[in-house]
Amino acid sequence: MTTYIIRRLLWAVVVIFLVTLFVFLIMRLLPGDPLFLFLAEAEVGDMSEELLAKMRHEYGLDKPLPVQYIDWIGSIFRGDLGYSIYNQAKLTTLLTQKFPVSLEISIISWIIGHVIGLMVGIAAAVRRGKWIDSTFMGGIYIGITIPNFWLAILLIYLMGLKLGWLPLSGWTSPSADLGMHIKQLILPVICLSLMGMASTARLMRSSLLEVLRQDYVRTAWSKGLRERVVVLKHALKNGFIPVITMLGMGLATIFGGSFIIETLFSIPGMGKLLVNSLYAHDYVVVQFSALLSATMMVVSNVLVDISYGYFDPRIRYT
Amino acid sequence: MGKNVKSTELVFNTTVRLTEWQRFRMLFFKRKLVVVGMVLVLFFVFIAIFGSWLAPYDPYETNVKAILAKPSRAHLLGTDVLGRDTLSRLIYGAQTALTVGIIAVTISTAIGTILGLTAGYFGGALSMVIMRCMDMLLSFPMLLLALLIASLLGGGIHNVIIALTIGAIAPKARIVHGQSLSTKENDYILAGRAMGSSNVRSIFRHILPNVIPTIIILATMQLGTLILAEAGLSFLGIGIKPPGAAWGSMINDGYKYLLRNPVLSIAPGACIMLVVFGFMMVGDGLRDALDPRLRGTQ
Repeated sequence: MTTYIIRRLLWAVVVIFLVTLFVFLIMRLLPGDPLFLFLAEAEVGDMSEELLAKMRHEYGLDKPLPVQYIDWIGSIFRGDLGYSIYNQAKLTTLLTQKFPVSLEISIISWIIGHVIGLMVGIAAAVRRGKWIDSTFMGGIYIGITIPNFWLAILLIYLMGLKLGWLPLSGWTSPSADLGMHIKQLILPVICLSLMGMASTARLMRSSLLEVLRQDYVRTAWSKGLRERVVVLKHALKNGFIPVITMLGMGLATIFGGSFIIETLFSIPGMGKLLVNSLYAHDYVVVQFSALLSATMMVVSNVLVDISYGYFDPRIRYT
Repeated sequence: MGKNVKSTELVFNTTVRLTEWQRFRMLFFKRKLVVVGMVLVLFFVFIAIFGSWLAPYDPYETNVKAILAKPSRAHLLGTDVLGRDTLSRLIYGAQTALTVGIIAVTISTAIGTILGLTAGYFGGALSMVIMRCMDMLLSFPMLLLALLIASLLGGGIHNVIIALTIGAIAPKARIVHGQSLSTKENDYILAGRAMGSSNVRSIFRHILPNVIPTIIILATMQLGTLILAEAGLSFLGIGIKPPGAAWGSMINDGYKYLLRNPVLSIAPGACIMLVVFGFMMVGDGLRDALDPRLRGTQ
């Protein structure tokens, strides 16, 4: 077990190393550098070659690529992360502002989405073929196929513009106005949680259906156990295994996949920061955000693999 | 087939002999939703192929006299801010979505399959390198990966296809890798080797046929995902370039005029949903019919 975990972690480090190379190369291959775009946008009267060269030197962008790469990795290990040219701020400062915002939305959506998804999936499996199953399955198909940015627009149209129940977009800090904060959270959370909810429900249903057919479940029934015990204690533990992978992925993707929703609702989170910085070719921000997103995915995959053993003791690590 | 014979009896009753094709048809069309999905897919494919004859207007033709027109007999779904006919743009958008989706799925399936087979069959250092690279690609959310690559290449339909292709390779490579790992342990592979079959022959004649059902199912399901991703990229303005008709960018364009003409945003989104649903159902049907693990369970 311990050797398995260690080996798994070592591979994770290799993958993360590949991620850093990949992101770094993609950003450097982009035509035009951040300084050029920044100066063009700022409309500095004399955008001379000298000024550009001087600033490139200041930001270390005139060094050879391998040196820049090593500088970047080094800065991550020092915890300094570099300076964002486009935002004119240190990346660490930016992160302390933006990261909690995204984290809050992601975690709330993840919890709501997956808790409801699990319950829906279990209910549909237990009542297979009944009206409750067909109703839930209909909802599940809608949830999986609906583009979440389109759902966002529909909700903005209906709830915001037509009914006027909820604010259209924006972000208020919870300390300033908690009521407003919650109101503004509702629509983005619905949009972000629906996809996870639907896919979890679908997987939970099919996985539980498979388990409910097994002999040991029939044994549990014939012992005269109540339905609640059979389903929740005996069947669910095994039926849960395929779902864990999805839960882990969900937490990681919701963070990296929320940039459209953040942009639509003008939420000042990581996603919006990432997209704006990508347009501005702001190396430091894009590289680190992409790295962060990928690292979360890799780490959650490792955790998921390790947790299999708890849910199914038959799984042995070799 | 006889009227009084149930489909399950036909499939599993050994006295009734069925060809593979009959068996496939029976399992595939068993669920009503799969039939609905198939009809949807065929409908959109038809529209995409005959779009230039079906569209009532030129999708790029602007008309100052009919700006943001409400749905009427002249413009069934109204017009956008440049006076372009929404219905015609939807029809051309179907072309865009399907072209991008189908090309990206085909190429990525081919590459992913070859990588997965090679890694699975040869193992060792080669497999290690391939699979770690796939892990690396998999650690990005699909849309983020496509976004990074698309912004590197710039917009336009070709580059969107390339970006989505790269984004779609890794899931297939990983699954094909897993399947070929278990397939190559079979005795018939060894027998083939003993009879002098080359590596290439072993891979393509002996292992590949075992993997094909999985690939077909996966590719169909991925088509929906890719169409969604294309819409996402176009929505962000990194996908199809402006005059081009793409559902994602139509949603974004219409978003600004939500109160004056909500159809502009709502119609393309509904199209995306229907296409994605169609492909998902067809994928489900194919899985019911093709997945060897499900044989005999229905």
